Amino acid sequence: MFERLDPSGGRPVVFSFDGARVTGRQGESLAAALLAEGFAVLRHTPVSAQPRGAFCMMGACFECLVEIDGRTVQACMVAVRDGLVVNRLGPLADRAPGDNS
Amino acid sequence: MESEYAIIGGGVVGLSVAFGLIGLGRRVAVFDEGDGAFRASRGNFGLVWVQSKGLDQPAYARWSRKSAAAWKPFADELFRETGIDPALRQDGGYSIHMSEAALAATLADYERLQSRLGGERPFDVLGHNALKREEPHIGPKVAGAILHHQDGHVNPLKVLRALAGAVRRKGAGVRVNSAIRSVRPGRGGFEIESVDGTVHFAEKVVLCAGLGAPALAGALGFKAPVRPQQGQVLITEKIDRFMNRPTDCIRQVDEGGIQIGASKREVGLDDRETLATTAQLARDAVDVFPALARVNLVRSWAALRIMSPDGIPIYQQSKTHPGAFFVTCHSGITLAAAHARFLPLWITGDEQAPDLSVFSEARFDVRAA
Amino acid sequence: MTRADIVIVGAGPAGMAAASVAADLGADVLVLDEQAGPGGQIYRSIEFSDALRAGILGEDYAAGGILAREFAGKSVRFERAATVWRVDPDGVIAYSRANRAHRVRAGHVILATGAQERPVPLPGWTLPGIMTAGAAQIMLKSAAIAPRDAVLAGSGPLLYLLADQLIRAGVPPRALIETQTVRNHLAAARHLPGAVVGWRAIAKGMALLRGIRAAGVERFTACREIRLIGEESATGDARVAGIAFVCGTVERRIACSTVLLHQGVVPNTQITRSLRLDHVWDDAQRCFRPVLDAWGASSNPRISVAGDGASIGGAKAAEAAGRLAALDAALRIGVIDRDRRDRGAGPLQRLRGRELAVRPFLDALYAPPLQILQPVDETIVCRCEEVTAGAIRGYAKLGCVGPNQTKAFGRCGMGPCQGRFCGLTVTEILAMETGLPHGQVGAYRIRAPIKPVTLGEIASLAGEDETDAAGTPPQNAAT
Repeated sequence: MFERLDPSGGRPVVFSFDGARVTGRQGESLAAALLAEGFAVLRHTPVSAQPRGAFCMMGACFECLVEIDGRTVQACMVAVRDGLVVNRLGPLADRAPGDNS
Repeated sequence: MESEYAIIGGGVVGLSVAFGLIGLGRRVAVFDEGDGAFRASRGNFGLVWVQSKGLDQPAYARWSRKSAAAWKPFADELFRETGIDPALRQDGGYSIHMSEAALAATLADYERLQSRLGGERPFDVLGHNALKREEPHIGPKVAGAILHHQDGHVNPLKVLRALAGAVRRKGAGVRVNSAIRSVRPGRGGFEIESVDGTVHFAEKVVLCAGLGAPALAGALGFKAPVRPQQGQVLITEKIDRFMNRPTDCIRQVDEGGIQIGASKREVGLDDRETLATTAQLARDAVDVFPALARVNLVRSWAALRIMSPDGIPIYQQSKTHPGAFFVTCHSGITLAAAHARFLPLWITGDEQAPDLSVFSEARFDVRAA
Repeated sequence: MTRADIVIVGAGPAGMAAASVAADLGADVLVLDEQAGPGGQIYRSIEFSDALRAGILGEDYAAGGILAREFAGKSVRFERAATVWRVDPDGVIAYSRANRAHRVRAGHVILATGAQERPVPLPGWTLPGIMTAGAAQIMLKSAAIAPRDAVLAGSGPLLYLLADQLIRAGVPPRALIETQTVRNHLAAARHLPGAVVGWRAIAKGMALLRGIRAAGVERFTACREIRLIGEESATGDARVAGIAFVCGTVERRIACSTVLLHQGVVPNTQITRSLRLDHVWDDAQRCFRPVLDAWGASSNPRISVAGDGASIGGAKAAEAAGRLAALDAALRIGVIDRDRRDRGAGPLQRLRGRELAVRPFLDALYAPPLQILQPVDETIVCRCEEVTAGAIRGYAKLGCVGPNQTKAFGRCGMGPCQGRFCGLTVTEILAMETGLPHGQVGAYRIRAPIKPVTLGEIASLAGEDETDAAGTPPQNAAT
């Protein structure tokens, strides 16, 4: 689990994640804010629906993918801001038959 | 290692032929280059496509349709042999047209071919609204499509993997990292020399070496008038079900990404993709499906595919070196079933062999009358 | 399309130093970095560090502040949150900023994209709650967020630095599970002369170890058969619940909800590979790196590489390399002459030499262990496409002789990370299976986009001038 070393430091920022109200701090990444609030699982893989969360925090691993404004983005590369609407990427729905994964 | 047949080239063409010959009970060895080779099979789009084939050569149209009709049993056999499902879907495919004029022109070509082939029309014309009912994400700029019911698509990487596995499982010798330096007649058959100096002897040799064929062809009496044509392919992140059928340029692969292709550039042996081509392919795709604008491109690559002077396959038995065969084509995936089922009958001289004289190199001998 | 004399990709120590020198020499400089501010990873969030973080992160981090202030004072165009996704051999760079695509033509390009964590493929390493040591440091630096009771696993000086930082933050790690063995120590001993030259680094390391002991943090060394154990959470999702390992003859298991992995860092070669620059396998650092001259110039005269992206050397060496690359770039674009370039070089080369002297010792001491170079069959190697080590060994038996064929065989390396976290492991496995040397086995062919970019953004570049229909750019008048 993660904790904030300076609970009173930084301006609070309120955003939503899959409809839930989440408070972060000005200047931190979305991935950091979500980890601090206990969201260890950010998505499920399209291949076999394995749960995944943030891994490298530097934009290299592409594990922390979320959906913002219809685009898939890396949560560690997005700064939190008031009113940001973030959703999980769901598992791929209704893939074409014949796939044997 | 000695064999009855040596197949030079381990891409989809060579492996399909090998698979078929093994199925006829022949002993086969396959020789393939290394990881850095050009490998046209890297550029396979995955279409099993007939609608645009042989518009000026009905025999090629028939050959493509024969292959498409044989694809399902071929896929089933690969699955039985290896447990790998090639993810074949043959529910039809579209050519997309951005203007009424383009649609009409293509339709005229298809009807002209169909009248030469005879039989029922296997395609329908869809105006914009009819197309939108089939493909809800189609964009407003699209005038319409021709839906050909014999078209489909498959996962080309799974096909390759299944063929590689099946060929090995059935006992063929497969030499990888074995670029071939020369093929010479010798000892009543052919001596195949690898670049590392090892020599393999085979009674017969089938040259399926793609762009590597011209270097070996002359010594066996073939012209091999093929040239490289660069095709660039884009693939996006995996997304939810977006398209129900493939188009000739855009399809959703079974794993979920959107694959975009159809660039054609004559740039010699250059397999580097360019930003200009990538951007044009992206723009064309977004014109057809505007919702793709927000989808991430994750990979773009270019591969060198094979073009004969008329774009039609070449199947040639050597006149000067009996027992040597030359096989080349642009549509290795569409024709994989034919290469596995019917071409081997021609190679072995079986009485059931199809008549492939139309595909011989003799057609390039034509001089102005 | 805009233009710049020198475009620098990356604003870490190498990039900032290069920009400062190039600007002072009179070049028109553009710096692009995908993060919100300068510093790279080692000096992450250096602009905003407060007393709390300074106290935790240590004096090496604070030194980055001097460099950042120097950089901030220079006449340089700096674009933040600019993600470079394509660099062409002729110096045209495409990047994305605020969902818009841009292009710039550079007279010379200095790539300073730094390093990434070496992948640490262990069974269960994809479970939520498992991250890299670097990730924990980024959270400390950029958000003052720290893991409680984390287990640190792997080897390398960064592991000790992180442990020290967590202790200072009041959240000491639960334990250190280290992989270096006596054999590593013996191998390292051969490089003692270099370690003597780099004695400061060694002294720092020993001080960290003393602090870790004083804090009572348990250390296990020569650990083998490390596995990450998962459990289902209340929501039904698996996450990490513990780490199992063998130390000596004892099998152990430690319960924990956060594991931080580290086995050193390796050069980020995505852009250099996409440019088809020459690379070489470095057996000591156990990775590929671009082939460069003493100034950082690559096999393409328009492209230089500086910093950890060239070879691992740390922040101070990166700074010196950045300044050297800028001197050389300024000569290449005609802003200074050869004498001026060579005059500035001596002290920088000596400084870099001193900083790099300790590397062979560290590389040997903390060499990655067999269990991550040859992961057991069940281990996921390609995280994106979930391809296991066993599957890759199977491809080798089917004739797959290089990483590019693993893409064809099983989608390995075809996911969004574009091989960053599986490439080295695939090379290792195939080298073992084929018996071929690593350099011959090779690496993934990397092509643009080297970071994902939307089709809409790319489409916006279609039909722009400066390229003809075949995609061939006009001849650049400059050299």
